[in-house]
Amino acid sequence: MLTKEQIAKRIARELKDGYYVNLGIGIPTLVANYVPDTINVTLQSENGLLGMGPFPSEDELDADLINAGKQTVTTLPGSVFFDSATSFAMIRSGRVDLTVLGAMEVNDQGDIANWKIPGKMVKGMGGAMDLVASAQQIIVAMQHTNKAGESKLLSKLTLPVTGLGCVKKIVTNLCVIDVTPRGFELRELAPGVGVETVKNATAGKLVIEGEIPEIQF
Amino acid sequence: MHKVVQNADEAIRGIQDGSTLMLGGFGLCGIPENCISALVKSGVKNLTCISNNAGVDDFGIGLLLQSKQVKKMISSYVGENAEFERQLLTGELEVELLPQGTLAERCRAAGAGIPAFFTPAGYGTEIAEGKETREFHDKQYIMETAFESDYAIVKAWKGDTDGNLIYKATARNFNPMMAMAGKITIAEVEELVEPGELDPNFIHTPSIFVNRIFQGTHYEKRIEQRTIR
Repeated sequence: MLTKEQIAKRIARELKDGYYVNLGIGIPTLVANYVPDTINVTLQSENGLLGMGPFPSEDELDADLINAGKQTVTTLPGSVFFDSATSFAMIRSGRVDLTVLGAMEVNDQGDIANWKIPGKMVKGMGGAMDLVASAQQIIVAMQHTNKAGESKLLSKLTLPVTGLGCVKKIVTNLCVIDVTPRGFELRELAPGVGVETVKNATAGKLVIEGEIPEIQF
Repeated sequence: MHKVVQNADEAIRGIQDGSTLMLGGFGLCGIPENCISALVKSGVKNLTCISNNAGVDDFGIGLLLQSKQVKKMISSYVGENAEFERQLLTGELEVELLPQGTLAERCRAAGAGIPAFFTPAGYGTEIAEGKETREFHDKQYIMETAFESDYAIVKAWKGDTDGNLIYKATARNFNPMMAMAGKITIAEVEELVEPGELDPNFIHTPSIFVNRIFQGTHYEKRIEQRTIR
């Protein structure tokens, strides 16, 4: 099984030189820690920052400089600030190459739910609906099952949808899955995890073909 | 055309029970702290507030929620505010949640004389219910309309007495679009200077959009997630 850090590390392998990337709150944020030294990736934070740097030192701390998770951050050489309309212009026009975000549920058509549990929890969609409607590539980082042990990879969503047919890849604590017209195609297994474990934890249509390799970092 | 007012109490004059307000800021970053305090003090009720977030329980718009002055919130993310979530789930507070980019664009459209626009965000979700949809270039879009707001209340870093504004870092966020979108726009700034002192090349909000301006005091600038390297 993968830790949250390992999920982030595996997703970082999907980054390519020159990518503009938006990282959601939670596990996705950790992806920034594993960007290979050999490539240049620019992080977009939808509250109005392109070229997001690491967390500040005590001396650098600035209440006016935060990321979309409301964490204090820093700039880098070449960073730029802008307003929210400009930020979502970048997103809607497809200039953000990759979006990594968390999910409560994903179905085997690539629909995602991650903003509301009716009657229980309402946090809002924030920028997620804009991002999933327009990003070139969307990767979901999440645990394979919820706290009750139920699958989060379904054939039909039970929660209100955030976006339709948008998720292309899912990295969970158990495996790497590509979402294709055929369903959840199992691509890689976490170390120590067998095909049966993934089958049992996946409620949606799972496609398993040939030998499934172990995740390499 | 005298825009300078002495303080927040004077700036919010005219805001009545039932008014619709836009309030700038993302989380607690770039919020009009002085005007929010003045609104709490004024006791004005049944407000409709358009703001990306609802503050936290004891700061920002959270203060207006605590005192039950808000009838309706229009926001994109309210996760940091337990009182908000409680009022929402019990039905005390009316809430319209919108995608963040749609929220920004509905402000921008209002300020730009554009009555409506089409966006892909939210297509196929419950926020598209009752909205016109249309296909362009094989993709589905929903129609969203410009906001109508009696007042826009924004926070800038520097401003001049004509009303030109400059924002700092990510405290800019929704402030520039909201500044354009209010029937009456109120700006509070950390530093108020004379015309000519701001470089015209670096002004974010042109003075024409601003009706009232004052230099705020005692900015707390509370940090929500203090993260240190």
